[in-house]
Parts: sequence; structure tokens; C-alpha cells
Amino acid sequence: MSTLDSLRRELGDRIAGDLDRVAANPEAAATLFPAAGRRYGREPLVGDWTTDEAARAVLLSVLPPEHIHEIYRYGDTAEKLAVLKALPLLPIGDSAVPLLEDALRTNDTRLVAAALGGYADHLEPQAWRQAVLKCVFMGVPLACVHRLAERADPELGAMLRAFADERRAAGRDMPPDALALLEQLKEA
Amino acid sequence: MRIFDPHIHMTSRTTDDYQRMAEAGVRAVVEPAFWLGQPRTNPGSFTDYFDSLIGWEPFRAAQFGIRHHATIALNPKEANDPRCRPVLDLLPRYLAKDGVVAVGEIGYDSMTPAEDEVFTAQLALAIDHDLPALIHTPHRDKARGTARSLDVVKESGIAPGRVLLDHLNEVTVEAARDAGVWLGFSIYPDTKMSPERMVAILHRYGPERVLVNSAADWGRSDPLLTLRTAQAMLAGGFDADAVDLVFWRNPVEFYGQSKRLDLSALPETDATFAGNSILRGGS
Ligand SMILES: [Zn+2]
Repeated sequence: MSTLDSLRRELGDRIAGDLDRVAANPEAAATLFPAAGRRYGREPLVGDWTTDEAARAVLLSVLPPEHIHEIYRYGDTAEKLAVLKALPLLPIGDSAVPLLEDALRTNDTRLVAAALGGYADHLEPQAWRQAVLKCVFMGVPLACVHRLAERADPELGAMLRAFADERRAAGRDMPPDALALLEQLKEA
Repeated sequence: MRIFDPHIHMTSRTTDDYQRMAEAGVRAVVEPAFWLGQPRTNPGSFTDYFDSLIGWEPFRAAQFGIRHHATIALNPKEANDPRCRPVLDLLPRYLAKDGVVAVGEIGYDSMTPAEDEVFTAQLALAIDHDLPALIHTPHRDKARGTARSLDVVKESGIAPGRVLLDHLNEVTVEAARDAGVWLGFSIYPDTKMSPERMVAILHRYGPERVLVNSAADWGRSDPLLTLRTAQAMLAGGFDADAVDLVFWRNPVEFYGQSKRLDLSALPETDATFAGNSILRGGS
């Protein structure tokens, strides 16, 4: 069973009617999606999914893919985070990469971190390396980066080393997780 | 002392202001959508602005432990530009957001037919979305503007207890009080209201249903005038409970009618990690 199926099952009856509404009329999502926390609750549901996040993922799954961009465009931060979390579950190929690029342009640490989840596999290496470096710069823990150890390459190592030199010149520390990554890249 | 500033335009303020406000005891703010000095000419300018009221500003406020909510509307001044009118069609999207606790600022600027139409339409939106309404009273021709605003409120069918009439003064307070709406006062250097005048009004009318804000924005204004007014209340003989009523419990009760007010404590690390993207500036 897919993650989406199990989220839908955990949500049960409380969302069934709304899913039918959105499937019949995608415009209904414009007001249901933002209201998810108030409508379905915010408590933990299953795994690392809260109820509102799960509801939003399931709502997205019944929307025509082209509507996902608009939901993201008009989303508040919690809605945007929920979209980013749901992306790897949706059958949308790489069509949502512009959403990651949008999140990575922000200065909101939560959005930057969320953009580096599973769907970041669709990011080109150059954009992905810049995003990882931005995490180090902003103090976002690198644990949020999906497949970091596998994807980290010598080019990323060179960028991190240059950044570590700048930090040293300024008398400032590098975050320990970035130092550990540099260490790993040296050994490779 | 805990302070809730129920009307402040943080978009126009620096991050240093957030820090000073937090140090002064400000723990919650409501930022009404209004105009930005430079008139806007298209709906896209508004949506980017609304996005920052439900995105970037709450994030920035959270760095200092301040809860940030917004009110959303097409303001009366820009309601007069037909190029901005399509903003009305975009409002339902924003009025559905968790962080939006009222429709506002609506009301009158120059009392034109366009303002009439947009004011009425937005009071209807407040009713539809089960939200309170924040009404700005005009700076010019204020007494007539206030009376006419109260007529429009009455015709709209919204309950007076779900309306906050703002920027009141000695001349307009009684009509508002008689109408049963919440009474908003903006303590603003030179214009509007001073802490001393505010205390005199509180002595005369009592602290019930009164909200006091800084209305700080891009003009000469001061986000700490809430604290100064609270201090003036204490110096003027009010007790700490009356100060708490005006600067915390009244705004909580008014905006709480949206059922969307979140005043839970912000964890130190909310939205930030070891480093801090705001304290250090843009990346
Ligand atoms: Zn204002």
C-alpha cells in the first residue's frame, strides 16, 4: 500500500466528503486546502505526518496536477510546507521543480529545509549544491537533506571548503554537521 | 506586562523594532492590510503583499517570540483605482487562511461611491467568512466619516460586537460607543491621539471594549507607544488589571471571535535553527 493510501485510510470519514467535492470541482480546494488544520485537526496522525499535513497531501492527490502550482502560489507557510512534503508522493514527474526553486529563493529556514526533502532528487546538481550550501549558511541542520551522503560530490566539497575559509577568516565556526560532511568528502 | 498591539504595519518596520517591541513586552500583533505610501496599480502587487502578511512577517515576528496575525482587505484609498478592483475577487483565498483574523482595514478615505461599494462588499465577505471586521475611520472629515461608517455597519447586518472601529478620538468615541462596536485608538505622534489624551478618554469612558494600538507604519510613528500608554495609565491611577484588559484581554476577545487566534508560546527554536537568517541578513 502506498503512503498516500495509508494516509487516506488513517484520515477516514472526516475527509471523504471533501475529497469527492474537490475531485468534482478542483476550485473547491482554494478554500478547503488552507482550512485543513481547522477542519481536520493538527494532531500527529501516523509516522511523521500530522493530520493537517496528511489531509493536504490527500487533497493534492485528487487535484489535476496543474492546480498544485496555484495551491502553492497562494499558500501560507504551513500550506507551502505541506505541498513540499507531499510532492514525492504525487505522480507528477519533475513538473513541480519550480516550486522547490521558489522555496529555495526564500529566507524562511523552514521552506528551505522542506525543499531538500525527497522531491529534491529532481533538482539539477548545481541547484542542489547551492541549496545545501544555503542550508549551512542559514544554520539549517543538514539532516533535512535527502540522500546527502550519496549526492555530495567533490564540487560541493570545494564550495564548503571555501565557505569554511571565509568563516575562519571572520573568526566564526562552521556547524558541526557541515564539518562532518567535509570530512566525509575528504575521505572519498 | 503583556502587550498585544492590535494594529501595526510591521512590513514598514525594521527587525530592530521587533526586538525593541519584544523587550517592551509585546507578545502579539495584528497587521492589517493597508496602503503602502506608493499607490499600487495592479492586483499582483496586492497578492505579493498579502503573501508577506501571512508568510514572511509571521516568520520575522517569531524570531522574537511575537505572534503575528493579519487582517486582509482592499483598503479604501486604493478601492478608488479601477485597476485594483479585481483584488476583491482574490480576497476569499486569503480570508480562508489560519493567520487571518479579520477583514480589514476597510471603511472610508474620501467617502466616494467606489468606497461605498467596496466597503459594503467587504462587510458581506466578513459575514460570509465568519470573521470580524476592522474599520478605519478617515483622517479628514472624521466625524461624518465615522457616522457614515456606523450606518454602513448597521445596514450590513454584521453584529456590532464583531466590528472594531479604529482611529477614534474625543469627537467620535461616543457615536461608536452608542453603536456597540469595539473602540480602537491609535496612539500616533502629532496626529490621532497621545498617551495623555488616551488616559483621559479611559477615565471618562472606562476600559471596557477599548483597544489601543500604535498603528506604527511608514510615517512618523512609534511601535512603543503602546507601552508608553500603558505606563501613562498606571501613572494616571489605573491598576494593572485595567492595563491588562486594554492591552491584552480586549484584543484577544475581539480577534478571538475569528477562532483563529494562536497565542501559544513560540518555542525558542521555532522557524530558526542554530543560526538565524534574519539576525544575519539576506543570503
Ligand atoms: Zn493602519
